[in-house]
Amino acid sequence: MEAIQLNQYEDISPVIDKPIISYQKVSKSFGDLKVLREIDLDIAPGEIVAVIGSSGSGKTTLARMLMTLEQPTSGVIMVDGEPLWHKSVNGKLVPADEKHIRRVRSKIGMVFQQFNLFPHMTILRNVTEAPIHVLGISRAEAEERAVAMLNKVGLGNKLDVYPAQLSGGQQQRVAIARALVMRPKVMLCDEVTSALDPELVGEVLEVLKEIAAEGETTMLLITHEMAFAGDVADRIIFIDKGRIVEQGPPNVILSNPRNPRTREFLSRFRQQWASKS
Amino acid sequence: MIPINPPFDLLPALLPGVGITLQLTIFSSLLAFMLAFIVGFGRLSKYKSIQVVSTIYVEFFRGTSLLVQLFWAYFVLPHFGLELTAMQAGVIVLGLNYGAYASEVVRSSILAVPKSQTEAGIALNMTSTQIMYRVILPQAFLTMLPPFGNLLIELLKGTALVSLITLSDLMFMGAQLRITTLRTTEVFCLVLIIYFIIAYPLILGVRGLESKFSKGRA
Ligand SMILES: Nc1ncnc2c1ncn2[C@@H]1O[C@H](COP(=O)(O)OP(=O)(O)OP(=O)(O)O)[C@@H](O)[C@H]1O
Ligand SMILES: [Mg+2]
Repeated sequence: MEAIQLNQYEDISPVIDKPIISYQKVSKSFGDLKVLREIDLDIAPGEIVAVIGSSGSGKTTLARMLMTLEQPTSGVIMVDGEPLWHKSVNGKLVPADEKHIRRVRSKIGMVFQQFNLFPHMTILRNVTEAPIHVLGISRAEAEERAVAMLNKVGLGNKLDVYPAQLSGGQQQRVAIARALVMRPKVMLCDEVTSALDPELVGEVLEVLKEIAAEGETTMLLITHEMAFAGDVADRIIFIDKGRIVEQGPPNVILSNPRNPRTREFLSRFRQQWASKS
Repeated sequence: MIPINPPFDLLPALLPGVGITLQLTIFSSLLAFMLAFIVGFGRLSKYKSIQVVSTIYVEFFRGTSLLVQLFWAYFVLPHFGLELTAMQAGVIVLGLNYGAYASEVVRSSILAVPKSQTEAGIALNMTSTQIMYRVILPQAFLTMLPPFGNLLIELLKGTALVSLITLSDLMFMGAQLRITTLRTTEVFCLVLIIYFIIAYPLILGVRGLESKFSKGRA
């Protein structure tokens, strides 16, 4: 993302001309609990953004609102120039209906911490179900796409098995393939390796790195893997208590953070980062 | 007196009753099955009024006795101008009664599917209908099968009550035969065995469905 001028030492977003994602003063509360506070965040097409922050800081909620799994309490989220949760009627934004929301969210895909594969479907069907019934493409074409994608994540030989017969790392790779066959413009990955045994983390991160390297998909990666974030991200965002307190290129954020909260948070990960680089 | 030789000579007199019992079981379980889904979904509806109506139905039929319901349908409703044959009353009441229980099975099985499955469907941009029919129900159905099987057997056994509203089912024919032959033990041994012979394929059938639907599950 050389085109983007990242402001190195400030907690404000870089200026992005045509963001694919734009959070505009987005807040979210659960009852009295304010989880996100007036988040402003623009993401450029093709940008890889890693979100870090301590537990409970609101990272998951940030992604879930974009996947329409959680409704913002206030503010607007724009996807590719269109409001996600709202519809413009006579120049005013009103809550959108399911049809509008589905159309806009078709550009978003998500991979979950717990994989969430469909346990009653084979691997192939897990990956073809949505292309056939949501995108409306033929079974033959969907299977062709699915097999290509499963090959890419190294599971082309597991088409007819069920999720329960796979390791966690394999299941997560299927989940990535399942999201990717929908060809989303933006992929959300919420701690996709946190539920995995340590020896299975690498295989999943490799797949994500490959997708990131292709540069076609915008990615929002919530992760505790600092080394990985440093490797793939164009920008790292540090969230603390529902606010973006610092953001910038990985080398700046990871090795020379300005904000004391970022420093404190990162000190716990220093060793990991040092050992990798 | 314990019968030494199987009392096959009693069979022909009981067989017409078997037909009635089977008819009742089949038709009322079909009705119950349909109601189970309609009402089960009704209780999960986003519309308050549908929820309330479904809940009242379930609580009413679970909270009152099957026998009293049968008597109402057959002996009381005619006073309100609704004449049902004994078979109609039997099928409807058994269907309504077991449908109420089965709707609870449907409801709780749907609720038991993890919310993360719905979220996976949303992330793939499925419609809520697609999520229900392609993701939730196939998983919930597996959970429903064992309790459905139990209810089906209960229903079969419950059909014996219809002899009290003048239907000549297996139980009624047995009782008649006992009076005419006085071979009480033999008659009721036979009745018992026949009920079991009807029930056993049902049990096997439900087990077969279970293994079919649990394919691939850990
Ligand atoms: N559905 C909900 N209802 C109530 N509170 C919620 C809900 N979802 C999240 N929260 C609360 O919101 C806060 C932020 O949660 P969130 O999951 O976004 O944090 P996170 O940064 O992803 O944390 P972690 O690193 O542990 O995943 C937490 O205090 C959490 O308990
Ligand atoms: Mg989280």
